[in-house]
Amino acid sequence: MTIQTTRSEDTLTVHLTGELDHHSAAGWRSAIDREAICCHPKRLVLDFSDVTFMDSSGIGLVMGRYKLMRSWGGDLRLGGLSPRLRQMMSLAGIDRLPVWEEGENHETY
Amino acid sequence: MKPINEMKVQFPSRSVNERLARSVVSAFAAGLDPTLDELADLRTAVSEAVTNCIVHAYPDSIGKISLQLRLFTDGRLSVKITDWGVGIDDIKQAMTPLYTSGGEDRAGLGFSVMESFCDRVRVRSKAGHGTTVTLDKYILSRHTEAV
Repeated sequence: MTIQTTRSEDTLTVHLTGELDHHSAAGWRSAIDREAICCHPKRLVLDFSDVTFMDSSGIGLVMGRYKLMRSWGGDLRLGGLSPRLRQMMSLAGIDRLPVWEEGENHETY
Repeated sequence: MKPINEMKVQFPSRSVNERLARSVVSAFAAGLDPTLDELADLRTAVSEAVTNCIVHAYPDSIGKISLQLRLFTDGRLSVKITDWGVGIDDIKQAMTPLYTSGGEDRAGLGFSVMESFCDRVRVRSKAGHGTTVTLDKYILSRHTEAV
């Protein structure tokens, strides 16, 4: 499990690689929060295109980061989600939040 | 019905073993030639059940988790996850979507995910004695030729 972050203007992009479960989520959470709290970006983008496994720990990670970004008026965007990961997100109603990257409207897949 | 294949492993409730449990299930199911979706369903459901043991059954200690896998002639794969932890007072409440006693960043969706990805989920628990979750999943692809 690795993460790679890039910053441009007001956007912090976090590229997640590996398996996202309860064990790995704690490390990912603290790494993302450390970056986000330090630079207060207007937008946080979580890129899931190289996440090879995810259980509901991933939903918790997304919900927590959504709340964090909203705490300073920022927003969260999710990218690179496979249909399976989208199905998981929809169990929590995350599909009803404005978190999809452009061109990733969940109704189109 | 007698199983045509079975195995049982036991491991401590360390979070690193969530991945181990998924690997064991993948290896056991591989001989059935499951689809990628069937395999991912199983791996996800087992990951949820084992995580529940680690987070809820043994919140302040390391205890035993047993993972029992049984395969039946009709293609049913039955996964029994047992712990000897704190148990669940109110199973109905614990299975309610979005309910969690797990604190920050737990979504409260573990049982919802298990129910979404398995054909049947059964929970038996006794406060102070532990919990057994049984997940049944039919592997429909070529199970008869594979065994």
